Amino acid sequence: MRKLCLPVLAICLFALLPLRTVLAGDGLFPEVPKAKARYSETQECVEPLADMRKNHMEYILHQRDATVHEGIRTKQHSLTECINCHVSDAPDAPRYSSEQHFCNSCHSFAAVRIDCFQCHADRPVKSGSRTAPASSSGTREYRQDAAGAQFMEQLQALVSGGGNDE
Amino acid sequence: MSNDAKFDQYRRRFLGSAATAVTGLAVAPGVMLHQVAHARSADQPVSSDVRWGMLIDTNKCGKGCNACVSACNEEHGLSGHGRPESDAQWIRKVELRDRQTGNTQSLPLLCQHCEKPPCVDVCPTGASFKRADGIVLVDKHICIGCRYCMMACPYKARSFIHEDLQDQLPHAPRGKGTVESCTFCVHRVDNGGTPACVEACTAENHNAMVFGDMNDPDSEISQQLEKYSSRQIRADLQLNTGVRYRGI
Repeated sequence: MRKLCLPVLAICLFALLPLRTVLAGDGLFPEVPKAKARYSETQECVEPLADMRKNHMEYILHQRDATVHEGIRTKQHSLTECINCHVSDAPDAPRYSSEQHFCNSCHSFAAVRIDCFQCHADRPVKSGSRTAPASSSGTREYRQDAAGAQFMEQLQALVSGGGNDE
Repeated sequence: MSNDAKFDQYRRRFLGSAATAVTGLAVAPGVMLHQVAHARSADQPVSSDVRWGMLIDTNKCGKGCNACVSACNEEHGLSGHGRPESDAQWIRKVELRDRQTGNTQSLPLLCQHCEKPPCVDVCPTGASFKRADGIVLVDKHICIGCRYCMMACPYKARSFIHEDLQDQLPHAPRGKGTVESCTFCVHRVDNGGTPACVEACTAENHNAMVFGDMNDPDSEISQQLEKYSSRQIRADLQLNTGVRYRGI
């Protein structure tokens, strides 16, 4: 009886495979937007696809520390390059909050909550397309607190009669 | 001579010659590294052969000119809420007035990128750190927003992000609950560029800011530092700042 079980199970699973593609459009499986380009002739993404699906967070985490602390800015595992390739740069492209966004399409399916995009850009930004922020002009004074005032006094001492001997 | 003593003698001789050989080997690559440092490739870590620094000439700095501040805000997407008490300020213009003569001077103040940064000393998580090339940064992944560094900084150069942000730029990730400050435009410097403020100052024809490697005797900043007298602000704290001033 047990000997029979395994082949039957395998056949059942194979039978389900076409079902998966049918169901993909029905929201049971995530609809992941296609990337803009291939990494190379032989490889679709920066690492083999199965590896990326499982371990992309490890690659990004490693790159994060290398970049912030050591100034290593290679492109292969850079989050910015992920976004550049996987997210449309159209102005109305879905943001991370939408399930149409490449990252969130899977994360929402897998019930994963990340905080990358609280700080990082969730879509490509072309250089030159930046808009000047609202308060980009106007002298910014030191904050009007005790520490700010004290520092201004020390600075003032530099030019007022003598100052520090350096 | 006992066997032990003899062995010691051999060992010393061997270690001595080995050390000489190692020194000989180390010097040559060291020289090469120094030259390579300027054209560091993207996969090379930063090295302490370089120390980035800035020299600001207050006599050339335009009174009322705000180009460096605007350039910085634009480069990093620092948009304010019109609340100077809490808005991010990475670089500010300061006017100093000699009370005796009434003479006023104008200068930009930013993170001084100290060699011995007090902000790094007090950070409880290691988020505030100094890169090998002397640039003082906040690793916002590790920052818990305690703001000890803001209190420790003698220059009041750091800001805290109080509110949720949107539309940050890819090269300048910023987020609520973390501390931030001038990065010497590390994303530009790593690609061989100069900070946005320096570029803006040069574009205004003021040329009051010079940026470069203070460890390289041939760099413009090193030559100017050698030729002219310059000061560190709060030099009494002996922090060995990376930002130096002329004319104050």
